[in-house]
Amino acid sequence: MRPNKFSGFNLAGIATILALSAPPALATDPIKIGFVTTLTTGAAVIGKDQQDAVNLAIEQMGAKMGGRNVKVIFGDDELNPQKGKQKTEKLIKRDKVDIVAGYIWSHVLLASVGTVTDANKILISANAGPSQLAGKRCHKNFFNISWQNDQTTMAMGEVLNQRNIKTLYVIAPNYAAGKNMVSGVERTFKGKIIGKDMTKWPTQMDWAAELTKVKSVKPDAVFTFYPGKHGGAFIKQYEQAGLAGKVPLYSVYTIDSIGLPKLQKAGLKAVLGSFMTQFWAPDMDNPQNKKFVAGFKAKHGKYPSFYAAQAYDSMFFIKSAVDAVKGDISNTNAMRAALEKADFPSIRGQFKMGKNHFPIQNFYLRKVEADSEGNWTTTLKNVVLKDHVDPYAKDCNM
Amino acid sequence: MDFPLLAEQTLNGIQLGILLFLLAAGLTLVFGIMDFVNLAHGSFYMLGAFFFATFFNLTNSFVLSIFSGLFATLLLGILTDIFGLRNLYSRNHLDQVLATFGLILFFNQLVQVVWPLDGLAIAMPPHLDGLINIGLGIEYPIYRLVIIGSGLFVALSLYLMVTHTRLGMLIRAGASNRTMLGALGVNVKLLFSYVFGLGAALAGLAGMLVTPIISATSGMGEQILILAFVVIVIGGIGSIRGAFIAAIIVGMIDTLGRSFLDVILLVFLPVNAAEAGGPALSSMLIYILMATVLFFRPEGLFPQQKR
Repeated sequence: MRPNKFSGFNLAGIATILALSAPPALATDPIKIGFVTTLTTGAAVIGKDQQDAVNLAIEQMGAKMGGRNVKVIFGDDELNPQKGKQKTEKLIKRDKVDIVAGYIWSHVLLASVGTVTDANKILISANAGPSQLAGKRCHKNFFNISWQNDQTTMAMGEVLNQRNIKTLYVIAPNYAAGKNMVSGVERTFKGKIIGKDMTKWPTQMDWAAELTKVKSVKPDAVFTFYPGKHGGAFIKQYEQAGLAGKVPLYSVYTIDSIGLPKLQKAGLKAVLGSFMTQFWAPDMDNPQNKKFVAGFKAKHGKYPSFYAAQAYDSMFFIKSAVDAVKGDISNTNAMRAALEKADFPSIRGQFKMGKNHFPIQNFYLRKVEADSEGNWTTTLKNVVLKDHVDPYAKDCNM
Repeated sequence: MDFPLLAEQTLNGIQLGILLFLLAAGLTLVFGIMDFVNLAHGSFYMLGAFFFATFFNLTNSFVLSIFSGLFATLLLGILTDIFGLRNLYSRNHLDQVLATFGLILFFNQLVQVVWPLDGLAIAMPPHLDGLINIGLGIEYPIYRLVIIGSGLFVALSLYLMVTHTRLGMLIRAGASNRTMLGALGVNVKLLFSYVFGLGAALAGLAGMLVTPIISATSGMGEQILILAFVVIVIGGIGSIRGAFIAAIIVGMIDTLGRSFLDVILLVFLPVNAAEAGGPALSSMLIYILMATVLFFRPEGLFPQQKR
């Protein structure tokens, strides 16, 4: 068949007519929230945790925000920036969501954020906190409800100083978040980094070569960052390489409630007593967190991960703004002003939003321990960084 | 750079090479003999890992679980061939790629439905855990030595089978001229099913051997399949010997690149450039090798004679 040069034109015309004839959203229509996370691939377990938390939050608020019904549409990014962008476009253009939240991965978020902000809608990251969006590329319609990537490891650098670590070996994945995490440690750690391996992400699952190097240079400590299933595998191999007990391992986002039950089942005792830094732990003492952790445990029989905690927070964050604008979510300017106030019950107790739309918050030392029932979990120790502002905020001109 | 470090990294390279060989052996047989592109080969690697982890959690016996896993993947391979892929042999490569890509998605989703979302982890058997001192200051994990040993054993058995048994003779005959073999009264279809099952079991074995190290997870097959394709392209499609040698070369280059490239780059580059360039270049090394081999020997290092 020969291509008809008019068909494209005709289709465009039909599309325009359809678009013009679409009924305007009524106040009785439900509010639609798009939530992009990873629901397939090996990282699906993280996305599932977030999905469970979002559903729990919506259930606890009676599926209502600002007097209107709420519907959450999930999108699966398949741990792939291209797919993440496609799903974001689908949510904006086809599902016509009012607001978008989610995003576990920094590289996926960086690929997708423009799609939302260009449509003059608001995006709330429930995990990824890449340096670009905190600094030079900050945007009035972008909010982060978790942390900026560098911050947690800046706290880690302080912990290492306090523990008198002089030489450090760094192993981390070679992608946006991995680089930010390492630069965070480098900012505050006063000793010497005597080795650094940035590994292929997410394909490399075997660290034999890197761990052999660690054994040969004998550092005072090893610092690592491997989210998701990579974390468990890394800890296992660390023990198998004979390093556990000899060279202390400090990590961020590597050991969490997702991996711990599996590690406990496999009898990997080396992980007990290991330290990490984080903004939150399941035992944090405030009413909203108690409601969240108790609700999650009752429903799913396990501790929620920090991914879940942030996803839960994101829903109450959105609700606070929708309540403030009395359901008129399409008024982006009013929504933005309400979100900037960030007057909502957070799982971390009090919550303050910085001027670059990233939280100003405390970072704590966490330790892996068994709870009163013998289940392995992480518990909060002392504050390492208080009311911390991320280092890129000064580059943001909004 | 001291001797124990170099020796241990060499062992790491061989160990990776052995795993790649187990995966590539089946791939190269299927591609070489049946002219069939099987992207789903990595799925057998993954399913091998899941079968093994399941059996191990039930029986707590390492050897028993390996044999049950081998049998399960062999059977699954044969069934997949008979009920699915057999019909695709006469189709062109693009159709085969499309169909087997579909199989990848199917199997990845299947294991997420059957097993826990975050996969299965198993405890390292106590007698295989820990390090062993093999002299000259070299301390090496026992389990990784087990991988090297069992891989070499399988490679040798495979070599003897292909060169010295009747089945091996038929496989070689099938590789050089399928039609003639059929005309001589050999049931080529059945032979192909066996070969397919054998390839699946070898890939499954590779998956089982890595389970105590990296755990069984959905999608683990694709991560290593690309390397296996590089191996068979370098080794020459259809050649077991080529697959073995290429697998060891790729394993060594990948490991040694990861180990020493940043140190070497530091000699003539500033720290920042070396830190950024090291990981980038080490992940490209094997592809550079593949491109070089393809340029000088488009058929691979050990091309199969076709008649």
